[in-house]
Amino acid sequence: MAYTTFADLAHAAASAGSLGAAALALEILESGAAEADVIARMDAELAVMEASIAAGLANPERSRSGFTGGDAAQVLSGPGLIGDSFRDTLAHALAVGETNSRMGRIVAAPTAGASGVVPAVLLAVARARSAPRDAVTSALFAAGAVGAVIAARATLSGAAGGCQAEVGAAAAMAAAAGAELAGADPDTCGHAAALALQGLLGLVCDPVGGLVELPCVVRNASGSAVALAAIEMALAGVRFPIPFDEVVVAMGQVGRSLPPSLRETALGGLAATPTGRALGERACAPSSVSETPADHED
Amino acid sequence: MVRQRSVFDIVGPIMVGPSSSHTAGAVRLGALARAIAGDAVRSARITLHGSFATTGRGHGTDLALVAGLLGLAPEDTAIRHAFDLAGEAGLEVSFEAADLGDVHPNTARMELETRAGDRILVQGSSLGAGNVEVTLIDDFPVRLTGDLPALAVVHHDQPGVVAAVSARLAAAVINIASMQVFRERRGARALMLIETDQPVSDAVASGVTALDGVIATRVVPAV
Repeated sequence: MAYTTFADLAHAAASAGSLGAAALALEILESGAAEADVIARMDAELAVMEASIAAGLANPERSRSGFTGGDAAQVLSGPGLIGDSFRDTLAHALAVGETNSRMGRIVAAPTAGASGVVPAVLLAVARARSAPRDAVTSALFAAGAVGAVIAARATLSGAAGGCQAEVGAAAAMAAAAGAELAGADPDTCGHAAALALQGLLGLVCDPVGGLVELPCVVRNASGSAVALAAIEMALAGVRFPIPFDEVVVAMGQVGRSLPPSLRETALGGLAATPTGRALGERACAPSSVSETPADHED
Repeated sequence: MVRQRSVFDIVGPIMVGPSSSHTAGAVRLGALARAIAGDAVRSARITLHGSFATTGRGHGTDLALVAGLLGLAPEDTAIRHAFDLAGEAGLEVSFEAADLGDVHPNTARMELETRAGDRILVQGSSLGAGNVEVTLIDDFPVRLTGDLPALAVVHHDQPGVVAAVSARLAAAVINIASMQVFRERRGARALMLIETDQPVSDAVASGVTALDGVIATRVVPAV
């Protein structure tokens, strides 16, 4: 079984060398697979993440519902007010979300709807630190281990815990893994994860028409921004007084106290606004089987 | 239902979006139905229930089910072209929305006709995070997740068939993880659904088919 507390994970990381190394060692032990095969599998996932960004940026089409598409490319050529790297991170997060909405290939991290945060943030840190590819792969193991802690102590399901359990969890995973990629020790990574998740506590799951698109795609961008903020603060030495393990439990409790209307039922929040309702009704109208989606390769 | 957590359950799987339940899970349901039918499917009448009916189009659930029936994997980007591929493969598909009663909100009923002319009904649900469950094969209320390989055995309800089938699997060093046995009525047609830790080869399945009392077998790979 995966580490069920960050404290245990950090303890293992102290001897393994990093969160990523501890997670890799456990995966090898649990699966019985060879180290090279386990690393190759994660490297293949990294390649799919990169391809999903490229596909999202290259494809101007709207999704099948018409809700999303084209924003990633638009942001990439935007002004870069705060800096090119921040702009590119947002564009990459949007690109994965748009690829997902267009029925392209993505890596769920931890879910399909929140799949843009981890790749966008890790690749941003990798660019900033000129990190080698194997360090990014190691960071993905760290992200997975942090996600497993959240799964064990709370939930990774929007239907159970709201968007804080999906984009919030992804931001915490990306923050811890991104901090490690930037050279932080496990303790600092825990503070990065806590700083990210606290910033998204209470975020509701209110998809228009029940589709994983609106606001899911743009929430990948805002979740990435929160993760970058958390990494910046943690690397500067900010210590969040409440340990990550306790923040995770708080997230689970907040999720359970959210009414069902705000947990992926499309009955509350943005989905229940007049415009949200109208868009949802249009997208969910019965369709004819003869209709085929746009013919476009990744 | 939380499966044992591999790091690849958290960062992963690689899949075609947009939804693990409504897209990836639907592909797996289609794939299980294809395997249970045991032959290329010529026509499929698919009834969508609940959230599958209301948000299925936006999530590509219809395309995903057809993709699974055609044998595509959840990470195949050709899923979005599944209707075109069905046309090329000679698979006729129709969809309708209906209330299937007290079932999971993400449920599909697939009435299939194979090239050989056999008709079979497969109904199943997508439970979230890509986990699925086939709940009905014809009139038999089964539970099949596709997480393990399985062998479906249609047989006569008579003494000794269960023992003979399990002995044949034991001889092939195949461990039984779960076993469900149903019958239409005493002495009539029965269904044995066996989940195994090792895949069942076609040769072993043929050996089971040859046993006294066995009518037909289907190898249902993990999906």
